[in-house]
Amino acid sequence: MKRLLATLSALAALTFCALPAPAAEPIAVVDGITVSADYDWTRFAGQNVTLNVYNWGEYISNGSDDSVDVVAAFEELTGIHVNYTTFDSNESMYAKLKSGAASYDVIIPSDYMVAKMIDEEMLLPLNYENIPNFALIDEEYRNPDYDPANAYTVPYMLCTTGIIYNTTMVSEAPTAWADLWDEQYAGSILMFNNSRDAYAIAAFKEGRSVNPPTTDEVDEVMEQLKAQKPLVQAYVMDEIFDKMIGGEAAVGVYYSGDAITMIDDNPDLAWVFPEEGSVLSVDCMCIPAASQNQEAAEMFINFMCEVDVGVANAEYIGYTTPSTAVWEKLDEELKYSEIAYPSAEIAAKEQVFTALSEEVNSELDVKWSEMKSYDEGGSGYLFLLLLLAMVLLACFNIWRKMRRKMRNMY
Amino acid sequence: MKVYDKRLASPYLVWMALFTVIPLLIVCYYALTDAEGRFTLENLVSVSGYGSVFARSLLLALIATVICLVIAFPVGYFLSRLRVNKQRIMQMLVMLPMWMNFLLRTYAWMGLLSINGPINTLLGVFGLGPFNMLNTAGAVVLGMVYNYVPYMILPLYTSMVKIDQSIIEAAQDLGAGTAKTLFRVLIPMSVPGICTGITMVFVPAVSTFVISRMLGGGANLLIGDLIEMQFLGNSYNLNVGSAMSLVLMIIVLLCMSFTSSFDEDEMEGVS
Repeated sequence: MKRLLATLSALAALTFCALPAPAAEPIAVVDGITVSADYDWTRFAGQNVTLNVYNWGEYISNGSDDSVDVVAAFEELTGIHVNYTTFDSNESMYAKLKSGAASYDVIIPSDYMVAKMIDEEMLLPLNYENIPNFALIDEEYRNPDYDPANAYTVPYMLCTTGIIYNTTMVSEAPTAWADLWDEQYAGSILMFNNSRDAYAIAAFKEGRSVNPPTTDEVDEVMEQLKAQKPLVQAYVMDEIFDKMIGGEAAVGVYYSGDAITMIDDNPDLAWVFPEEGSVLSVDCMCIPAASQNQEAAEMFINFMCEVDVGVANAEYIGYTTPSTAVWEKLDEELKYSEIAYPSAEIAAKEQVFTALSEEVNSELDVKWSEMKSYDEGGSGYLFLLLLLAMVLLACFNIWRKMRRKMRNMY
Repeated sequence: MKVYDKRLASPYLVWMALFTVIPLLIVCYYALTDAEGRFTLENLVSVSGYGSVFARSLLLALIATVICLVIAFPVGYFLSRLRVNKQRIMQMLVMLPMWMNFLLRTYAWMGLLSINGPINTLLGVFGLGPFNMLNTAGAVVLGMVYNYVPYMILPLYTSMVKIDQSIIEAAQDLGAGTAKTLFRVLIPMSVPGICTGITMVFVPAVSTFVISRMLGGGANLLIGDLIEMQFLGNSYNLNVGSAMSLVLMIIVLLCMSFTSSFDEDEMEGVS
């Protein structure tokens, strides 16, 4: 039915083209990007509007490596100036917004953070009339758990977590999350440096939910991460690119889209969806409550949903697009990539993050810092030693002062 | 206008009130209240749970400071004895690394120390290694020493330049050997420089978070990382973060009171 409609509308478009009447011919912005003409892209031109866009690092087609510079194309099309900045974790993005230190117009957080921000009334409800391209988003990604009424978000990209490993450095390829506790990879494992993703790995290993319902469960699962610590080489986020590509570590955990980029750069690397399942996350475009340019921000979101822009982004960053229209235009290699578009069997085992209760969330963070600062060598007594040293230092200081006073008296 | 007009200092005093005193008060306020703004000591209590992190930061910073001092003292003396025009060139060479971005310098060490990096490759030629140098406490200390050693050399050099060559000659004429000249003349006379140097190396080293994150692999957590996690990271707890900063400040203050009292004492002896 959809296809039929599409054909009909294409036919209709063709007929209109034949007429001299105003044709809805797509506008070519730059080489490789044409956008729908049924949208008033230029209504903010010359008004000196600036949009502050806050996105993940390495998460947009930016003009390097012969890709299209999507942001520049948007600026050229609309005359809106874009101030594009990046963050490296949902949490740092949240902290920056919460502190009120900066104002943003478009942000692209992940699902569980979206749910939390909706709860805290940090997002503006979108006016979907200004985002007609929302129609291109596949049905299965609408009204998701994190935004049940689909009032605040437009999905940007999806990704799953999994294991990336260097085939030349392992004698036995890992197949499950539990393999990350295997002694044979000691000292060459790279783990996530963020609490939610790292926790999910231990939870999968233990057969628990990635969204712990109680603090007791958090404590229990976190013990696993503590036990794993001696085997871990480093806790990293985007530093993993250098380390995996350079052959610094044998096994790492990261997001599927980035794995495609890494494998492109180093063909020795391979990806595996662990047996236990993996986390599917959806990064969404939203508008923070403090935004002053809602309509222009919606225009940006609509632009990002254009098929050509989606193709440029998906091909550059390697993440999974939530739009079939975009998927159809991808190049063959990415289109049929098992990593970006996993089989139904793997997809069935995926779990999604939801917002945690305040109590569980803070327990998770406390345990995470505790795990990170935990030292096998038992540095508990080191602290006592330190306290003793401090007290001695203070006493010595006082003694010196007294001595000086005495000396001055005579 | 008199030379000693107090009003001359007013621009900086205003600056200091706005950007030092008031923020400090805000930190104290956050450290002693909970999320709802009620008074509590809970934050300070919870900081004690991170004792091992504090201990590790202080220990690593202390080691880095001592190494910096040992490296910088002879260099400072050497610099101060050069001809003036050469001194200028050498001084510039000491400062040269500081012209490059701090992050970039640390990032470079990440590549140098890695298992497939140039150092291990070179050692491999002689059949040694590869050694696991990155992501260790040693790498963190190295990063601190590399980044902060100029801050030790410069104050040492400035205080040593003031030591007249004739004083050293006099000591030698009176029969003092190298060791005696060093310990009885050179070191006591450069104490102000040593104290400034220690402060300028120890304080930033104890609170760094970039170095430990890049070279320590996220597992060698320092206080700086912990505080960063409270403000920008997963935890987002301003109150606990402020309490940590407060405790850190008190510890640093204690250490500084030690060096400054040392400074005063020695100056009495010299003047």
